Amino acid sequence: MKKTVPLLIVMIGGLIWVFWAFSPHKIIQDDFYYKFYLPWARAMAPFAALLGVISLSMMHTAKIRRKAPKWQYSFFFFAGFIVTALAGFIGGTQKGGLFMWMFENMQMPMSSTMFSLLAFYMASAAYKAFRARSAEATVLLVAAIVVMLAQVPLGVKISRHLPDISQWILDVPNLASKRGIALGVGLGSVATTLKILLGIERSYLGGGD
Amino acid sequence: MSFELFSNLVGAFFTLCIFSFLYKDNPFYQMAEQLLVGISLGYGLVLTYTRVFIPFMYQPLILKQQWMLIIPSIMGLFYLMRFNRKLSWLSRYPIAFSMMGVGASVPLSMHTFILVQMRQAMVPIETFNLFLIFIGTIAVLLYFFFSKAHTGVYGKFVDVGKWYMMIGFGASFGLTVMARISLLIGRIQFLVNDVFGAIK
Repeated sequence: MKKTVPLLIVMIGGLIWVFWAFSPHKIIQDDFYYKFYLPWARAMAPFAALLGVISLSMMHTAKIRRKAPKWQYSFFFFAGFIVTALAGFIGGTQKGGLFMWMFENMQMPMSSTMFSLLAFYMASAAYKAFRARSAEATVLLVAAIVVMLAQVPLGVKISRHLPDISQWILDVPNLASKRGIALGVGLGSVATTLKILLGIERSYLGGGD
Repeated sequence: MSFELFSNLVGAFFTLCIFSFLYKDNPFYQMAEQLLVGISLGYGLVLTYTRVFIPFMYQPLILKQQWMLIIPSIMGLFYLMRFNRKLSWLSRYPIAFSMMGVGASVPLSMHTFILVQMRQAMVPIETFNLFLIFIGTIAVLLYFFFSKAHTGVYGKFVDVGKWYMMIGFGASFGLTVMARISLLIGRIQFLVNDVFGAIK
């Protein structure tokens, strides 16, 4: 009951999903997928989101209670979460309300700045790779520099052949390496999925009884 | 001060708070980071409620009286049993239900990652580029085959795969850096034009 039934659900349900990919039959496409799986999965999804919300809130509550390092900042987490949630639930999600104002003027600028910070850290990573002075790192950096320069007007000023060289890098060696990796990923993914379907891989059920 | 300028100033303040991390970790960055997580979580919760819970659970179950949906609702509640040590095993049921979908990934992964890629790799080698692609694909695949030692002529051929991958990773690195730089340009344009430009 504790482990066998969930395991059977995955094994039997997984096999039905395998048939779903192959069979156009009404029972499997309409009855199983549209009338059974999709509505059930959608009805369960909000609880999974709620689990995440409760889990994160409990983590920050424990941090405040234990006065863990930087515990004071957890209040900002709760402030942001509570104000946004109340703004959405009470004021609605339409444009012009507090909810969308917070998204446009707080969440969006902060998240895009956070991603743009990576430009600096990637530049520093490139510098460290260059200092390693290995042939592999040099090839990686040369390919990166050619691809980067080809996308800006300066690249064309340096050499009018640069965009063609960049396109060749993307179309030939890049394609070959990505295809080789994709084939490996595909084989690995099929093997892992088969292990799950056959009940060999059970780590998703967690520990305990 | 107009409302638009006030909104831009709020955006600029938080943008500068995040940028301050370039100097070193500091209270402004920590505050903005936690606020970002909180706002994102609140945003996600509200959207999940309005776009998933109401149309796919509340309306069909309460308004249209599709009583069968009580079963997934109870199963969804089982997720929350994770917090109870004695009943945490119940959370395996909704997890198992969502794991069923991996069955579809057997044929779909096989199609997308293996069959389509193999079909595209096995075209007639009519040009030198197609030859290079073919050799590169085989060499990269063999690079990850560890049942045979990478020594001798075989090892040298497998090494070719490593060089192909270095070029591929370099290209991906370059494209990612350019994407990040375009975001950086966007933020700087916002600060220069929308904030400092409006203040002048």
